[in-house]
Amino acid sequence: MSDLSSTVLPGNASAPPLTFYDTAESHPPNGTLLGFWVYLMSDCLIFACLFAVYGVLGREYAGGPTGAQVLELPAVAVNTSLLLLSSITYGFAVLEMQRDRQRPMMLWLTITGLLGAGFITLELREFAHLISIGAGPQRSAFLSSFFTLVGTHGLHVTCGIIWLIVLMTQVAKKGLIPANKRRLMCLSMFWHFLDVVWVGVFSFVYLMGVLP
Amino acid sequence: MSAHDELQHAHDDGHGHDDLGIHATFGGYMTGFVLAVVLTVIPFWLVMGHVIAKSSTAAVVILALAAVQIVVHMIYFLHMNAKSEGGWNMLALVFTIVLVVITLSGSIWIMYHLNSNMMPSMMDPANLP
Repeated sequence: MSDLSSTVLPGNASAPPLTFYDTAESHPPNGTLLGFWVYLMSDCLIFACLFAVYGVLGREYAGGPTGAQVLELPAVAVNTSLLLLSSITYGFAVLEMQRDRQRPMMLWLTITGLLGAGFITLELREFAHLISIGAGPQRSAFLSSFFTLVGTHGLHVTCGIIWLIVLMTQVAKKGLIPANKRRLMCLSMFWHFLDVVWVGVFSFVYLMGVLP
Repeated sequence: MSAHDELQHAHDDGHGHDDLGIHATFGGYMTGFVLAVVLTVIPFWLVMGHVIAKSSTAAVVILALAAVQIVVHMIYFLHMNAKSEGGWNMLALVFTIVLVVITLSGSIWIMYHLNSNMMPSMMDPANLP
């Protein structure tokens, strides 16, 4: 680019040399985090569509079990606490990362991963229970949309846990280099975003689903 | 091309390694966490304790609390503000919220009306063409 600023067209030697005032590429600093945010927003649209499907089909029981009959709020309350706690422990990991303290950061990340694994375990147990009593996704439109919405969220959390393990391995091997810090910030956004989606799930699906 | 690459490289270095654009604080996370816990406990208590008898009222309260909690998460956990990334973060968020509102309210509104406008004869499979 800097070569261009001194380029003079042949046969036009008397003309003043071209000058470019903005020689650098124009892009916002830290484009990765903005790009990741745009990904999260598009993911948000996927969930919006699934929420819309549930909103339309959530009361179509086809003679099968209703939400009040099959949804167990105490288990959901435990699940919600696990995910909320994992959000704050990831926050503590980010605080340690900012201070370049690798060991406490890894400890908080491990706790976050365990809380996430606990969430997934409880959710899978709930799914297994529903399927075992004949309330699987094929039973009614309500259950189909329920399994799709909650299952997609669970799949995201599973992917988040895998990503977390990969990142912890990378940090263990290479330390807190700038690239790893950037990745940890991306995962932080992903993890907190999943908690935001879960707020919608427990409010819209579970709490409103058991209302008479 | 190589000149361009060098320039790009120098540009990246110039921004400093630790500038991730986000400066989280312990106080911020704890404020967010306490608010989130309160906003989670209230709707669970409302439903599990059968506090509000009328379902529609309870649903409105639950949705309102969820909306507030989502804003709390956005501000304290996702560090959203109007200035981060030069405002592009907020722009993408506003655009997404518009699409989400259209998708959700549009789907539920349209499908509700389709349901209520169905003729009784159309509900019987024997009358289908």
